[in-house]
Amino acid sequence: MAIDMSQFYQVFFEEAAEHLASMEALLLAINPAAPDPEEVNALFRAAHSIKGSSGTFGFQDMMEVTHILETMLDRVRKGEAPLTDDMVDASLVAGDVLKNLLGAHRGEDEADRAAAEAICHRLEALCRALDTPAEVVPPPAPTANPEPATAPAAEASFDLHFRISGEPAAASAGLASLVDELSSFGRVETVAAPREPGDECHLRIVTEASPETLAGVVDFVADAASLRVEPVAATAPPVEEEAYGFFTELQQVVDDAYGFFEPLPELAAVSEPYGLFSNVEVAVEPYGFFTDLPLPEPAPPLVLATPAEETAYGLFEPMASPPQSPPAAAEPAALQPPAPAAELAPAVVKKAPAKPAGAGDSGSIRVSVEKVDQMINLVGELVITQAMLTQAASNVDPVVFERLINGLAQLERNTRDLQESVMSIRMMPISVVFSRFPRVVRDLSQKLGKQVELKTIGETTEMDKSLVERITDPLTHLVRNSLDHGLETPERRRAAGKPETGTITLSAYHQSGNIVIEVGDDGAGLNRARILAKAKERGMAVSDAMSDQEVWQLIMEPGFSTAEQVTEVSGRGVGMDVVKKNISAMGGRIELESMTGVGTRITVRLPLTLAILDGMSVGVGPETYIIPLGYVMESMQPERGMMKSVSGVERLIQVRGEYLPVICLHEVFHIGGAITEWSKGIMVVLEADGQSAALFIDQLIGQHQVVIKSLEANYRRVPGIAGATIMGDGRVALILDVPVLVDMARRVLPAAA
Amino acid sequence: MLQAIQTTAALESEESGFAQELLTFTLGAEEYAIDILKVQEIRGYDAVTTIANAPSFIKGVINLRGTIVPIVDLRIKFSVGVAEYTPFTVVIILNIGGRVVGMVVDAVSDVISLKPEQIRPAPDFASSVDTAYIRGLGALGERMLIVVDIERLMLSSEMALVDEAAQ
Repeated sequence: MAIDMSQFYQVFFEEAAEHLASMEALLLAINPAAPDPEEVNALFRAAHSIKGSSGTFGFQDMMEVTHILETMLDRVRKGEAPLTDDMVDASLVAGDVLKNLLGAHRGEDEADRAAAEAICHRLEALCRALDTPAEVVPPPAPTANPEPATAPAAEASFDLHFRISGEPAAASAGLASLVDELSSFGRVETVAAPREPGDECHLRIVTEASPETLAGVVDFVADAASLRVEPVAATAPPVEEEAYGFFTELQQVVDDAYGFFEPLPELAAVSEPYGLFSNVEVAVEPYGFFTDLPLPEPAPPLVLATPAEETAYGLFEPMASPPQSPPAAAEPAALQPPAPAAELAPAVVKKAPAKPAGAGDSGSIRVSVEKVDQMINLVGELVITQAMLTQAASNVDPVVFERLINGLAQLERNTRDLQESVMSIRMMPISVVFSRFPRVVRDLSQKLGKQVELKTIGETTEMDKSLVERITDPLTHLVRNSLDHGLETPERRRAAGKPETGTITLSAYHQSGNIVIEVGDDGAGLNRARILAKAKERGMAVSDAMSDQEVWQLIMEPGFSTAEQVTEVSGRGVGMDVVKKNISAMGGRIELESMTGVGTRITVRLPLTLAILDGMSVGVGPETYIIPLGYVMESMQPERGMMKSVSGVERLIQVRGEYLPVICLHEVFHIGGAITEWSKGIMVVLEADGQSAALFIDQLIGQHQVVIKSLEANYRRVPGIAGATIMGDGRVALILDVPVLVDMARRVLPAAA
Repeated sequence: MLQAIQTTAALESEESGFAQELLTFTLGAEEYAIDILKVQEIRGYDAVTTIANAPSFIKGVINLRGTIVPIVDLRIKFSVGVAEYTPFTVVIILNIGGRVVGMVVDAVSDVISLKPEQIRPAPDFASSVDTAYIRGLGALGERMLIVVDIERLMLSSEMALVDEAAQ
């Protein structure tokens, strides 16, 4: 093949990942007892698409797994076999294996061949299990299906006609491996091997496998356009649905791969993923061109009489007597072949991955994150430049330069709008994260023998993409924790008078510039006594007088576990301390609430974005600092009487009846030339982690939106400093790490001045 | 990556006897030389934002076209010359393994090339600088150049420019 496929790999990776994700979502949603045919079809389509594209791109291992998966799903889809829990499980595992293989092809993961093989065998076993009962009970298929076509796969002979593209040497090797491959399905006989390139091969096979299975196998060696699978007339059972679904069941020998036959009336119920003639459900599918035919005459099959080569872009003639009801839909498709043909071609020859979600994503484009980040950086620079201009213009005479001032005001508005819309590009709904939890909960609850219902609230809440990526692991740990430690076993729940099924609630919402994510369970709650006992055992400084909040914080200490026994689940490595660390690193906070017997709720607060911050600039001596506005409660000029001293040092301020510790910024940062007299400076009341403190500074300068720059990129972490930003005059200002400062004030009161 | 290439390049030039390009600068009366491939640019000394509780030789950070860059005063670190800041004070911006650091020196002299044999090993002697960061002493006629392994120096814990954990 002359085209370098590797340039399309990225597209394949993304699409395959999407298909896998939708497959998993479907599997989790499906009810095995009464599967929705639509869902089963969607599942089949996802598997089929992955198989098609992985085959095209030469990812043989993925193709093999999906092939078997597809075969199994296909039988369920056609009602030949009931969907069982076992199948759902196996399919989920297959999905995992595929994800792993996909990761391996991307170069991110190590391919787990053993797992791939294991799942292949498991799926094959399931498929075989389907055959056995089907043969015992002749009128098969639990659903009352009139089609003879769904009869159990008895042994049948098929003639395979195809051409192998490429060099003769490669072609004969390909043929040999194909024969090997086919032998696993039944007895293979080479009727005619190609001598010249372009000669047609002719194999005869006696097998139980469906022609579509055969077609699927041959497809990877043969030139797909030349492939024909024909039942050998003498022993031919009804032809099953063909792999590419362009002809539906006909009781006659299909003699051209490109014949687009009209379905026979009694077969109209067969739903086809890419069916040209499909029933109503499928009419909405991207490849469904014809809707249900209301009065299907047993019309003569519309045969494409031309040979395969010429029909690569199959023209099909309009029907002799077009059906009445959907002529609008039918005719354009039929009469203007080039357009649909172009669309059909990929599906027919499977050269391009099928795109079942065609209609849904027409309104979006794929852009690499780097491009967006670059744009955000540039906009950040623009904001700084705009601020510089505004500052420079503040000295000019507003009367003389009225137009300049107006222009700058306009620029400021536009810049802000631009910034907002650029930032919104990076925003993603949190459902991206939440969607993985049904699976986590399902697997884990089975393992632990607990009954759990997962509720998610506020899935549309948006947050920055980088946060979405980084919150996934900590959140997964919290959910696992709730499941493992929080929720009780059904017996205990019954004993406690609670419904046996526990509930885990995941909710997300915005609150004052933060995104709040809560993980709640209605389990037993944290055991205060046990935590305290454990803490004492570990020699931590604890007392029984500690508030609940303080006790709960203990479980976030490194190496702290109250689990009575270490289970597979709780021994996974990431502890609450790591969760806390990760969340702090994102600029977030974590809080715990718990009530014995009622449940536990863990609240994670994160900034909406990591890149921009509303800040208040304050001056201390010659320096300017930025306080993130979210922490600022109020500011005031302290009066003499408000300051209270403890052991001779004035370290507390009384604000509306509350005593707050005072942090003198100039002392903490050792800044010379700052105001030291209380009444001349300003107190800013800060609140972080539910604790308040007053920060003593010289003056308030203003309020800005600042672009957060990393100090650590070229320097190191500085205690009390969260980052840096560039001010309007081009100078750097440091952003205060308020929670650390507040903590500092609480824990180690600075030495007396 | 770039760093690796540079290191290999330096090694090759040392082994095969190719001359190496060095940027020389003065601190007080002493002349120092560093690998020119580590130099990103040379600029004047700007207003610097001080960092709280940093060692005295870390002057603070500047805004270098949107990047926050720490500035080190080598004169203070090496205890040579007088640390005064005039419009002629020069900052050499270094790019060391992707990290950008500025260092204040008294003056930048020129770019010279030294063959490996012109760089003599430095004898052990007591100084404010660990001799581990001195690659050797370059002889250029009457002049003695102190060839500094600037990468090692800047990434050392002594300079306090990098998180301890990152090392």
